[in-house]
Amino acid sequence: MASFDVRRQRGFTTIALIAFVALYAPLVTLVAYSFNAGATLGVWEGFSWRWYQAAWQNERVQDATLRSLIVAVFAAAFATLIAVMAALGTTRTGPYRGRTAVYALINQPLMVPEIVTGTALLIAFAGVKQATGYQGLGYLIAAHTAFCIPFAYLPIRARLEGLDATLETAAADLYAPPWAAFRRVTLPLMAPGILAGAMLAFVISLDDVVITELVKTAGQDTLPTYMLGQLRRQITPEINAISTVLLGVSALIVTLFFVLTRKRA
Amino acid sequence: MAPRDTASQPPERSIQDTRLRRLWLLNLPALFWLMLFAAGPLAIMLVYSFLEAGDYGGVEWVFSTQGWFEVFFSRDIFTGDVGIAEAHLSIFWRSLWLAGLTTLICLVLGFPTAWFIATRPPEQRNLWLFLVTIPFWTNLLIRTFAMLEWIRNQGLINSALMGLGLTEAPIQMLYTDGAILAGMAYVYFPLMVLPLYAALERLDFRLIEAAYDLYARRTAVLWRVILPLVRPGLVAGCILVFVPALGAYVTPRILGGGKNMMLGNLIELQFGQGRNWPLGAALSIALLALVMAALLIYVRAAQRAARDG
Repeated sequence: MASFDVRRQRGFTTIALIAFVALYAPLVTLVAYSFNAGATLGVWEGFSWRWYQAAWQNERVQDATLRSLIVAVFAAAFATLIAVMAALGTTRTGPYRGRTAVYALINQPLMVPEIVTGTALLIAFAGVKQATGYQGLGYLIAAHTAFCIPFAYLPIRARLEGLDATLETAAADLYAPPWAAFRRVTLPLMAPGILAGAMLAFVISLDDVVITELVKTAGQDTLPTYMLGQLRRQITPEINAISTVLLGVSALIVTLFFVLTRKRA
Repeated sequence: MAPRDTASQPPERSIQDTRLRRLWLLNLPALFWLMLFAAGPLAIMLVYSFLEAGDYGGVEWVFSTQGWFEVFFSRDIFTGDVGIAEAHLSIFWRSLWLAGLTTLICLVLGFPTAWFIATRPPEQRNLWLFLVTIPFWTNLLIRTFAMLEWIRNQGLINSALMGLGLTEAPIQMLYTDGAILAGMAYVYFPLMVLPLYAALERLDFRLIEAAYDLYARRTAVLWRVILPLVRPGLVAGCILVFVPALGAYVTPRILGGGKNMMLGNLIELQFGQGRNWPLGAALSIALLALVMAALLIYVRAAQRAARDG
């Protein structure tokens, strides 16, 4: 029994490697064909930037990209600000009555299916639209901010919980007023968590399809809802090009996120 | 600033106490925003499920149970006979079935994958984990589209099969339940692996060695030793896959088409072409109830695991 190892389970490695291949093969195909000179899947006609140029010059894509970015920037900024305050409010105090309820409400967007949140917002905003006549991007920003809050909150809270609370007490002992203690001690220590939270919120907002599709006013396409619409019509590698760019943005931000949050270990 | 020179009380305490009270207020923006744009709308939707449908979408402010009635029953437009709404119930059933099957596929593939990652040398684990995480944070629409590229009629699989002369005409894979299943298993797979990995990483492999030393067979080790030890991660993974799969909208819409609807698509239909908001609201609430039931099972299991240590 010398070479027997309980960590080796027959077949597990094979299944795992198949799973990894299956996980990446479709994504690799998608990226590869965004650089195909031809339009047919399965036929490689040489490398070309053609579909990127087509997407770049497509006015509807430009319009949707700009809208996606505006919504994601505002939603991430608001969600992060709100999440920073909530993270301080839930970790820098002792246990108090109602804290579980606060947690539940903050995590609510993670538990409720998107289609349910989306239809509920559609109903609520229909009333507001009728009453005020306002049709702008505010609805999307408000909705995105709400479901981005838990994603911004979780890394910030994790960071705060890992911090030594006695550092703040030390600052107070050295006669730092609470605000100065926060600004000079707590905030710099929190910064990686805040940045991580903001980046996650940005990606989550940028990627959202379902809630945006239900909340948006006609003609207010974001990049994902534009793509969803295109998939029902004729699929051209232009969609591959847009997907590849979005994929790259997500991968980049998530890599940064990993680097930022890894130091704790 | 709080008085620091009172002798009766330790100074930190009084500072802490006032700060503690004031810090609670920092939760208010989050509570306000989420009440307004997450929890509040759900309450409004509950109200809407008990109103009459407007002619062109929207509602009439008249109390009605018609929306809920239509979830389960249908009335024949000619004879007025009341029957079971088979179309709706079959979609409920299909959603539960597909979500359950997706969970099972993810489990069967995800457990060995998580095991594989957890048994790598520590310095390699983060890299493998990272490889699972990247697709997880990639847009679900893009991953579904990537799957579509493989299975559609002019897709990669069919092109390959026809290129090799194995089939004359493309095999219809798109717009089937199998396509939805493959797509959902594909997009939700990381949600199974991540919690399973977290549980397996903490697993004490000496316990497994001990089981083998005591002449336990392979299956007995798996069922009586490993699975009970990783149960919290197992349950978490299953819930994390089952819940979004049950409420899936994008994947069945793209891969299932108009005929193979799931609950999410049925709900959307009522707010779009169907113009039956009360029915849509009632269906949404019903879906929410199913999800909450699943989460409740999870919380119970987690509590039991915590109690048993």
